Amino acid sequence: MSQDTIARWQFAITTVYHFLFVPLTIGLSLLVAVMQTAWVRTGNVEWLLLTRFWGKLMLINFAMGVVTGIVQEFQFGMNWSDYSRFVGDVFGPPLAMEALIAFFLESTFLGLWIFGWDRLSKRVHLATIWLASIGTVISAYFILAANSWMQHPVGYRINPQTGRAELTSIWKALTNPTQMVTFPHVLAASLLTGGAVLVGLSCWHLRKGQQVELHRRAVRLGLVVCAVASVGVLLSGHFQGQVMTRQQPMKMASAEALWDTEKSAGWSLFAYGDVSHGENKVDIKIPYMLSFMATNSFTAEVEGVNNLQAAAVAKYGPGDYTPVMGVTFWSFRIMMALGGVYLTLAAFGLWRMRGGRLPGGRYALLAFMGAAVLPYAANTAGWIFTEMGRQPWAVFGLLRTSDAVSPGVSTTAVIATLAGFTVIYGSLAVVALRLFLQHGRHEIPALSTNVTIGGESRPGEALPSLAY
Amino acid sequence: MLEEFWFVLVAVLWVGFFVLEGFDFGVAALLPVVGRNNETDRRAVLGTIGPVWDANEVWLLTAGGAMFAAFPEWYASMFSGMYLALFLVLFSLIIRGVSLEYRGKATTAAGRAWCDRGITIGGALPALLFGVACTNMVRGLEMTPDHEVTSGLLDLLNPYGLLGGVTTALLCTLHGAVFLTLKTRGEIRDRARRITRVLIPPALAALAGLAVWTVAIRGGIAVAAVGAMALFALGFAALAWFNERDGWAFTGTAGAIALLVTSWFVALYPNVLPALGTPENSLTISNAASGHYTLTIMTWVAVLFCPVVIGYQAWSYWVFRRRLVGSDEAG
Repeated sequence: MSQDTIARWQFAITTVYHFLFVPLTIGLSLLVAVMQTAWVRTGNVEWLLLTRFWGKLMLINFAMGVVTGIVQEFQFGMNWSDYSRFVGDVFGPPLAMEALIAFFLESTFLGLWIFGWDRLSKRVHLATIWLASIGTVISAYFILAANSWMQHPVGYRINPQTGRAELTSIWKALTNPTQMVTFPHVLAASLLTGGAVLVGLSCWHLRKGQQVELHRRAVRLGLVVCAVASVGVLLSGHFQGQVMTRQQPMKMASAEALWDTEKSAGWSLFAYGDVSHGENKVDIKIPYMLSFMATNSFTAEVEGVNNLQAAAVAKYGPGDYTPVMGVTFWSFRIMMALGGVYLTLAAFGLWRMRGGRLPGGRYALLAFMGAAVLPYAANTAGWIFTEMGRQPWAVFGLLRTSDAVSPGVSTTAVIATLAGFTVIYGSLAVVALRLFLQHGRHEIPALSTNVTIGGESRPGEALPSLAY
Repeated sequence: MLEEFWFVLVAVLWVGFFVLEGFDFGVAALLPVVGRNNETDRRAVLGTIGPVWDANEVWLLTAGGAMFAAFPEWYASMFSGMYLALFLVLFSLIIRGVSLEYRGKATTAAGRAWCDRGITIGGALPALLFGVACTNMVRGLEMTPDHEVTSGLLDLLNPYGLLGGVTTALLCTLHGAVFLTLKTRGEIRDRARRITRVLIPPALAALAGLAVWTVAIRGGIAVAAVGAMALFALGFAALAWFNERDGWAFTGTAGAIALLVTSWFVALYPNVLPALGTPENSLTISNAASGHYTLTIMTWVAVLFCPVVIGYQAWSYWVFRRRLVGSDEAG
């Protein structure tokens, strides 16, 4: 394997891994903030118990997001130095803003939240978790704006002397039409992830019959969030597909295994084809559906891979401009199917919970537990689709991935770091998951007496044991 | 003009990183010594950095981000050029972060012991490696006309770079000991004071050696002046230690680290990454910089947000100003 293939594997592994933790951080920190707000507003101690319990689990996950995030910020320079040189002027600013505006906010106020239970007033303490949660959302905005620029470069010019991209409008870069549909999509997916984990673990407790009232409360909150978020994922995804059809038609065509340009194109449920001849052998379709999804019109024309390949050769010179079709086709379908499954489950659960009932019997609870992994699979499939679908480009139409790697870094060095990251990430996955399950399985301890919260002693309320 | 401003800002971010993470690294490295007696002591030791270390680490991320945005060539050449060294840094920072966060949540003594090892290594190793990396940045790396670094990992382990690593490791550990003195009472504070006394002489010697060597390879009256001020600050810390003025001692070690890091950037200017042996290939603040528009935008962002960030970070230190105690007083 060549150095750039290994560097790509490394980026894929470290980034997909990082993004296992990010959505849960975004989703759960908001849910914990909501729980704590409910406690502060109603005084119902059950919300405080849930805040403590889920706060701890959120922190176990947050730590992984932080340590894997450092790698993200440094590896552009390490493995992709020619990329960094080419785009630094445009891509660097959102990264720097993310660190300055979002990372400081998250980390400082999360520190205050964890250790501040007995040092801050109730309301100031509540504000710290909200600020940390807002920090995670701002962070997502900046990094997605940077990624959107790779999908659809705007607000830049190519400097004729240096041959590099230079920013001409930060406003255009931060309000990229791609970003306007991507950000809501990722935010909704993150809420769905947080909600699904909340529902899954709480259903485990319900199934064991422990602390039923408490966990039922959590399931209800989780299901409401999941229902709203999965509708949000679906709608934003729909608009995203249309933006993608306009900006990166090849990505859409390869997501659909649509080889030749068609009017009234159907949406493929299952296809099996021959990539070298550019045709499908089996293709089961829903008529007119693709045209509608891509353009909102049932009869519109959708461009096919063969036509787009020919057009790209005419525009950019000889080369293969088609992504790996098996990956784009299936990752796109997995993502959409799993989103749909969760929407159905959430609607079912909410319906079953009406009038103070549980979300279902033993098997339904088991289903909700298992369904906690669905958003993870969907998030991963979504990122693999959007990044693989852009290939062979690192920056669409401007810089090929093969021209983006560090020319001075040897293949051996990339293999060594890939092995190193894989080993440590693998071990940490085991550690983090074990810790999450260990703490997640515990019965939520009742509050001990006479411990201070909000600077004053209140009998019956305990200092959450989040600190060292 | 904007290039100069951003060069200064990047320097300030690295200074902030070394001063703040310096004591985090030091406290972590000293955990097995200061907290050797029992669990209560170890908790108190880690409690001093627990609420703040994560935000301190963000100074590093911001410094990296600022280099990427303002001097992409610098970011690209240095980070790809110090590839394996940087990997080791990332590796140890990952270990440290997870160990610090999971220690309190570990359910067994064995789990906590593993975290303690991770914390010690994750504190000591970066304190050493960052010194090696930064002094090699001052010394320069071999580069092609395209600014591709051709020096390898072993080239970084030259005597000057090694002295740089030893110096930052000593200074960070000392800084951590002084920070512990400031943030604790009773036995832990006494132990930290004894460690401080042991560390001051070698730290002074290493700092003096590094300052002289830096002047020797990069020259300049300004470099010599800043180096001398760093030594003076460390001497001041020693004096404050003797008089048991914990706050002033901490100011002294913080000043020494800040001035040492400043001296590197003074020595670099107007280069950002000198090419060893081929000065014409060097990266400078002009040939490494982003365009005027990007620098202007980023200047506005920095001017608007830096004061806010520094404000709430300072407030978080104020909230956690209380001294912590170990087993002798906690009971």
